[in-house]
Amino acid sequence: MKPLSYARPRTQAEAAALVRRSPDAVFIAGGTNLTDLMKLDVVTPDLLVDVQDLDLTELTHHEWGTVVGAGVTNAGLAGDIGIRRRYPLVSEAILAGASGQIRNAASIAGNLLQRTRCGYFQDVTKPCNKRSPGSGCPAIAGAHRELGVLGTSEHCVATHPSDMAVALAALDAVVRVRRATGSVSALTLDELYRLPGDRPDRDTTLEPGDLVTAVELPAPTGAPSRYRKVRDRTSFAFALVSVAAMLKVEDGVAVDVRLAYGGVAPRPWRARTAEAALLGERPTDSLITQALQAEFATARPLPDNAFKINLAASLTRAVVRDLAPAQKAGR
Amino acid sequence: MNTDTRSMVRITVNGKVHEQQIDHRSTLLDLLRETLRLTGTKKGCDHGQCGACTVLVDGQRVLSCLKLVVTLDDASVVTIEGLDTDGVHPLQEAFVARDALQCGYCTPGQVCSAIGAMDEARRGWPSLVTPDLANAEVELSTLSREEIRERMSGNLCRCGAYPSIVDAIEDVARQDANGTV
Repeated sequence: MKPLSYARPRTQAEAAALVRRSPDAVFIAGGTNLTDLMKLDVVTPDLLVDVQDLDLTELTHHEWGTVVGAGVTNAGLAGDIGIRRRYPLVSEAILAGASGQIRNAASIAGNLLQRTRCGYFQDVTKPCNKRSPGSGCPAIAGAHRELGVLGTSEHCVATHPSDMAVALAALDAVVRVRRATGSVSALTLDELYRLPGDRPDRDTTLEPGDLVTAVELPAPTGAPSRYRKVRDRTSFAFALVSVAAMLKVEDGVAVDVRLAYGGVAPRPWRARTAEAALLGERPTDSLITQALQAEFATARPLPDNAFKINLAASLTRAVVRDLAPAQKAGR
Repeated sequence: MNTDTRSMVRITVNGKVHEQQIDHRSTLLDLLRETLRLTGTKKGCDHGQCGACTVLVDGQRVLSCLKLVVTLDDASVVTIEGLDTDGVHPLQEAFVARDALQCGYCTPGQVCSAIGAMDEARRGWPSLVTPDLANAEVELSTLSREEIRERMSGNLCRCGAYPSIVDAIEDVARQDANGTV
């Protein structure tokens, strides 16, 4: 780790100006991912701009939705009784990730902006197009069992590691950003995250000095939801495949269906093709299989991660079986 | 902008206030072990994967290997050495009674983590295995073994003392009457 400066500004404008001044300046909140990447020399900042005094810890519930400040901790959000009752999917997803210690430190913005856990990205002795564009991607011919099948490119097959972001994608959450210029934008997750293409070093559309200030959740729909995650051990491990599912069934027919997947793509993958195939239909096993085939039609599976396609389909069938009959019984 | 690579930081550790120049790269773990010589807190993986370095910061369990000291100005830290000023914390006694260790390297982290986890349960926080987590009322004194295991999954024990660690935590949790453990 190289020596570095540190600032703890009191205003967002000051913070943005500081980060804009140097190409190697970064914001720091909980630091659980950044500190590790600094130790590994994957990220080599010359200035840390601490956001803890920027008033980013709002957590308020309204009729129209909920505002979650970017500096709220993962644990604080998952444990909040309003979140548990209104958006249990968010609590479930957060609690499916990391460990108690990490969730106590990690922030919401940090969770969204955490980097991939691809082993080549984290090992500076290996080439990696995400770390140094143009150096190559050894994962494609190497260890890629945990890596992506959708939205990947010939330059990068990394996955986004967040569980929370998968739930947020299913809920149509919006990320509030204070631009370095001072204007405010509201981005969907599909607008926040970019696909790698030939620039896998850029995970998001954010520019230097852009500060994530909050996440907004629209009013709860009341549709039953479930977050399910398949991983190599039952706790404290990243997803092989995860699904955030919301399903409302009336008279046996899906009237509201949302599906988002983790562990399969460079961003939380909202499965709009599969959703469209299921909407207005009886969510039978065979229809779900077809819907997932359509969703994964553009997949670029590699020899050791092709299993994720079938895994996503069987996971979806299992989750829908959980969500659909409960509603029949209730009617 | 301050271009120094060090800053003055005021941090309380086990009740004692320390004010000193801190290199911005210093982790809390290295401050504790190398500067303050509080070597009870262990460095396992140094990458947030093992939990051996768990301490309490402002009452919450965190990984000291992933916390930069400079971000902790005015914070209060409790380590395994400071859990109980009278000697031995009830959970430490339970670890001894239940033989919840072999080599002991992960034990300080296990104990600090369990104290943090019990506090989280007392606050009513659910875990991934809490049935109906949207509505459940979590109580420490009735926490299931499965709950304890899930809440403690951030602490690895390569000797495999897990069943006895759960026993020890269960013993202390069962006695809880919403007081401070």
